[in-house]
Amino acid sequence: MNNKVLNNRAWLLVLPMLVLVAFSAIIPLMTVVNYSVQDVLGPNARFFTGTEWFHSILNDASLRNAFVRQILFSLTILAIQVPLGIGIALIMPKRGWQASAVLILITLPLLIPWNVVGSIWQIFTRGDIGLMGWGLRELGINYNITRNAGDAWATIILMDVWHWTPLVAMLCYSGLRSIPEAYYQAARIDRASKWAIFRYIQLPKLTNVLVIAVLLRFMHSFMIYAEPFVLTGGGPGSSTTFLSQSLATMAIGQQDLGPSAAFSIIYFLVILLVSWVFYTTIMHMQKDKNPHGGA
Amino acid sequence: MYRLDNAQQGEKYNTIFSRTTPAQRRKRNARSRLRSRFLLGLYLFLMILPIYWLINMSLQTNSEILGSMTLWPQNLTFDNYIGIFTNSSWYMGYVNSMLYVALNMLITICVALPAAYAFSRYRFIGDKHLFFWLLTNLMAPPAVFLLPYFQLYYSVGLFDTHIAVALAHCLFNIPLAIWILEGFMSSVPKEIDETAYIDGYSFPRFFIKIFIPMIRSGIGVTLFFLFMFSWVELLLARTLTATDAQPIGMIMTRTSTASGIDWGTLAAAGVLTIVPGILVVYFVRNHIAKGFALGRT
Repeated sequence: MNNKVLNNRAWLLVLPMLVLVAFSAIIPLMTVVNYSVQDVLGPNARFFTGTEWFHSILNDASLRNAFVRQILFSLTILAIQVPLGIGIALIMPKRGWQASAVLILITLPLLIPWNVVGSIWQIFTRGDIGLMGWGLRELGINYNITRNAGDAWATIILMDVWHWTPLVAMLCYSGLRSIPEAYYQAARIDRASKWAIFRYIQLPKLTNVLVIAVLLRFMHSFMIYAEPFVLTGGGPGSSTTFLSQSLATMAIGQQDLGPSAAFSIIYFLVILLVSWVFYTTIMHMQKDKNPHGGA
Repeated sequence: MYRLDNAQQGEKYNTIFSRTTPAQRRKRNARSRLRSRFLLGLYLFLMILPIYWLINMSLQTNSEILGSMTLWPQNLTFDNYIGIFTNSSWYMGYVNSMLYVALNMLITICVALPAAYAFSRYRFIGDKHLFFWLLTNLMAPPAVFLLPYFQLYYSVGLFDTHIAVALAHCLFNIPLAIWILEGFMSSVPKEIDETAYIDGYSFPRFFIKIFIPMIRSGIGVTLFFLFMFSWVELLLARTLTATDAQPIGMIMTRTSTASGIDWGTLAAAGVLTIVPGILVVYFVRNHIAKGFALGRT
């Protein structure tokens, strides 16, 4: 990392990428910023409104509720997926045809289009034609995701765990594979317990991939849109309406350009801020522990 | 003598202080292995169940789906699949999706390879800021870009084309590709570059003839991730298309009509969206474990 050559001609190599990303990131972002401070009434009638939209968004009770729901959702799925993913990675076979087969099977949910994931679970949980909905009803459990908010929540969490635990598991699995066999041999000579092996050999090696896993999972869960939209449509009521769906309704459904632009900016900044704080905290902790290392 | 003592003590230690004999230990190991196999099997079973249910429904007629609860198709039918493959408005959805995914992979890898090389080998003004800015694009919720994208692509005349969706997906795919490729490239020793330059290779020739073949498994893994994130995304793809380039995910919503939902066709279409993913993951299965570490272990 430290022996890179100073060469400003490297900009030429970055340039094509920069043009493309700028086209799909900077121009739209500027449009959003532009809208967020104006009231657009027509092609030639627009007024500067300053921070008015931001005030109205921050004081909107339904959006604040969506925000709280979003945070709850992200924390819940992280609390389930990270331990579960580590556990699965630990029991996955290491070599042979079984390893390949398990790898392919586990990756499967990650490669299904997100709205199809919603459809799969919508079918699966229906009381009349779905295995899970039908099974629970046969067991005498009153389960209905279109009426009962608790059921809808539980189903969305279950769906997300089903959908994304494989990512955490795969990241951890690849981290575990990079541990040299000699470490385990040393542990066997020391007669280390399974827990000791996990705590002092495997977990430290997993830190890097776990940071990536938590970051990716937080980011994606914070932007979740298609799966709950197909499964519950945000209902019953607005009990499973998350931020992306609120935003899409506002921007496309109601065409409220100003408020939705202000909302977009706040939304984006929140994700950036949380990711940045998380990343720098972890990096500082690692630096304290190990001054020469680091990712 | 002293050594022998130690060894004897070790043996003593083995038998006195550990309450288990080697035979018991082996048995315990076998039991814990069996238990982990069982847990893994249980997880895989629960994971497959919803997918199995989809496949099960896709092989039934609508009257059987709605009529009775059957754990497997009683009278197997492929009509749902035949219906999709003989109706161009259905199968064009798959063609559209694959076209924009392929275009996106091509564009992304072409611009990401040189950029990742620059990040992994050189220092230049603003490199760290540029890299951080790239990663922030990964964190941008697609919903934020819905409206501006619609207006932008409409105004440049690209609305409802495959290239529009491919370009829109570059927003998160280019940063991802650069991030992964940079990791793989940094694990290639710098001496290789220097030797090649001394041997008189020009940069383009070295890059294509020597460097790219060296990181080909990394490129394979990157392409897998690009496919994955472009194939599963629907919000942007749906917003930027109307009829000519509509993705399969959007066409699937047509199964719900006034007379109810055509469950069989919906299930068959869903199963068909999983197939390309299985093919792709099969091709990279040997590199995927390394790939998920994104080149950084």
